[in-house]
Amino acid sequence: MMDRRKFLSALAVAGVAATIKVNGAMHLMSQSLDNSTSGTPVDLVAVMGGEPGAMFKRALAEMGGMNKFVKPGYKVCIKPNIGWDKSPEFAANANPELIGEIVKQCFDAGASEVLVFDNTCDDWRQCYQNSGIEKAAKDAGANMIPGHQESYYRNVSIPKGKILKEAKIHQAILDSDIWINVPVLKHHGGARLSISMKNHMGIVWDRRFFHSNDLQQCIADICTLDKKPVLNVVDAYRTLKSNGPRGKSESDVVLTKSLFMSQDIVAVDTAAAKFFSQIEEMPLDHVEHLANGQSLNIGTMNLESLNVKRIKL
Amino acid sequence: MLKKIRVGFATLFFTLITLYFLDFAELLPDQLNFLTQIQLVPAILSLSIVWIVSLVILALVFGRIYCSVICPMGVYQDVVGRVARLFRKKKKRFRYRKAMTILRWSVVVIVLVAFLLGIPVLLGLLDPYSAYGRMIVSVFRPIYILGNNLLEAIFTSFDNYTFYRADASILSVSALIIGLLTLITIGYLAWKHGRTYCDTICPVGTVLGFLSKYSLFRVIFDHGKCNSCTLCELNCKAYCIDSKAQEIDHSRCVTCFNCIESCNRNAISYKFAYRTSSEKVAKPDVIDEGKRKFLSTTLLSTVAIPATMAGKVTGVKDANKHTPLTPPGSKGIKHLKDHCTSCHLCVSKCPADILEPAFAEYGLSGFMMPTMKFQNGFCNYDCIICSEVCPTGAIQPLTVDEKHLTQVGKIILDLDHCIAYRDETHCGACAEHCPTQAVTMIPHKGALTIPTTDQSICIGCGGCEYICPETGKAIYIEGNAEHQEAEMFEEAEKKEFDFGGFGF
Repeated sequence: MMDRRKFLSALAVAGVAATIKVNGAMHLMSQSLDNSTSGTPVDLVAVMGGEPGAMFKRALAEMGGMNKFVKPGYKVCIKPNIGWDKSPEFAANANPELIGEIVKQCFDAGASEVLVFDNTCDDWRQCYQNSGIEKAAKDAGANMIPGHQESYYRNVSIPKGKILKEAKIHQAILDSDIWINVPVLKHHGGARLSISMKNHMGIVWDRRFFHSNDLQQCIADICTLDKKPVLNVVDAYRTLKSNGPRGKSESDVVLTKSLFMSQDIVAVDTAAAKFFSQIEEMPLDHVEHLANGQSLNIGTMNLESLNVKRIKL
Repeated sequence: MLKKIRVGFATLFFTLITLYFLDFAELLPDQLNFLTQIQLVPAILSLSIVWIVSLVILALVFGRIYCSVICPMGVYQDVVGRVARLFRKKKKRFRYRKAMTILRWSVVVIVLVAFLLGIPVLLGLLDPYSAYGRMIVSVFRPIYILGNNLLEAIFTSFDNYTFYRADASILSVSALIIGLLTLITIGYLAWKHGRTYCDTICPVGTVLGFLSKYSLFRVIFDHGKCNSCTLCELNCKAYCIDSKAQEIDHSRCVTCFNCIESCNRNAISYKFAYRTSSEKVAKPDVIDEGKRKFLSTTLLSTVAIPATMAGKVTGVKDANKHTPLTPPGSKGIKHLKDHCTSCHLCVSKCPADILEPAFAEYGLSGFMMPTMKFQNGFCNYDCIICSEVCPTGAIQPLTVDEKHLTQVGKIILDLDHCIAYRDETHCGACAEHCPTQAVTMIPHKGALTIPTTDQSICIGCGGCEYICPETGKAIYIEGNAEHQEAEMFEEAEKKEFDFGGFGF
């Protein structure tokens, strides 16, 4: 067992090296070395121009590696956006290659178990299958677990919430040692954008309450949950620029080959929203849940105040 | 030996079709669907010439073997009979009784007349395959799911995720009552009176029985060996052996071979019935003039009555009433009613649990037929399962592309009840779920967006209605009595990313 792990981690290191070498970006390596020696913690990483897995590994290295978040024996839950019965090209769900890589990194860091789920909108079996996430996660050794029945959820109080005072949260989130939030960057007709904060609606059973009681405030409220994700990984390999969050056709999708990562959920969503605005105009004040989140002190919209790494592969 | 082969095949067919009906998780291969296609009524309704001809030939060669092997309701009765034997102290003794020919053919004729008059409910209720399907889906499927959920609880507690929980709740109370009535009535008859249902009520049995009178192979007495000991008669669950007269009514014989097993003298056997030798096989039929007259009169009226009544019976309710939704592929209410026997296979297989047996939605004539309801879910954009499994052709096969343009109903927006418009808070749940953006969010006040609809591209999937958080539903689907073709939506403007900067 350990032999396989060792082999896999060696492979991962080789993979990182190969990626960097292929792109001829040797200076990036020195950059990260500088960083790790100087010890200034990185708050937010933005990566552009690579494949999903490679971008994730690069960003993770900047953040200090998976060992910083996953301790040996941890039970880890990964919560991608798997909301729709759509194949990866439609960018309605998180990228399967990215999910596979995250699972792999968790195991390499010593995780004992990795669970992956979403409370999907379309039929969950179709979503898991056609998003490609089920296969990618299982191939990497994770368990895909269902989230389609109320009995999988437990009531939790949200004391810091303004409107949402309690919610039923999936037991995989509550029972795991840590969880990782993996949204995909999407246009959204109601919330305007669907990123890390909006992705929290997939850990909740009753989403209708959100919609009928000021969606933008409830999204911020749920993010005040005590059990916060240790990491938000925004998949923008493909971005759904219009007709979100489901999308009608591939014309709604732009190949953007980017990824954002941070522990600060408001900051990473702000960064992703600004990135989105380069494709379709989206004023930050329209994405009201960002400001609502900042008011609840779960993060900052002021990216200037943070140590941001911008990397092009 | 023959009986063992029959029991073997019957067990196999019965187990597989039952599991196929119960299999909500789609673990079994799709090919098992052929077990439903080879049922006589579905084959006739879907005009599957190959199966109809095959079944007729089967009856003309081997007799009512269909009733002992292929028909799940027939085998169900044998199972009940078998269980009854275990509980009985004294062995059940059957005694020959005369065929209830008038009753049997009356049922066939009434069912046929009603069907042609646009009242298919009788055929649906009496067809043994459909009655069995309803019984399984309404009564046993919830039990099966409860068992699954128990296993899930055990396995998941050991961190094994092989099983997942499913909804064991009862879809329709009326369907449950019908299912239980079927289970109890036919079960009681089977317990006490053998194959009485098959010999008196079942229209399929009557028709196949007619063919079986002329079948090549039949159970036949060897008059030389028989000493009229009555053992065969006492064991005949179809009451069709008259051991005194050494005669068998082949219209009721379901070729179960119990008689052959019971005979100690090899005086009864299953063999080719048209010997060229002088050996007399069967006594010539006495022509029953009364029966002929009855049949010809009723058959005539079957044709005449619908012709005169045509136009009067439409079965569709007033246009200003809520029109029920029929599943995509069913073309509309009329086509559904003309073909559906309410076997509830689609109800069982729908992954979204949105197909429900109708109570009064289609009127009495559409009782128990499937209708789409969006309380628990909506019709998945890319799903065509109901159209693939339907054995009667009531739900015609659709490709995914055809389904994308099949409009089963139209979107209706009541803006005054809409949360975004009325409360001025963001929602967009309806547009979020809409696969064609027939409902889409448009700017209203500042950052606030409100829904707007376009019926021409709506396919009536019900995503908007299902998710609308307003209790009274500010957005819903009004059914199309006859399905229409939706227009293809316009694609968004394509864009390329220049990979310049991050934007922050």
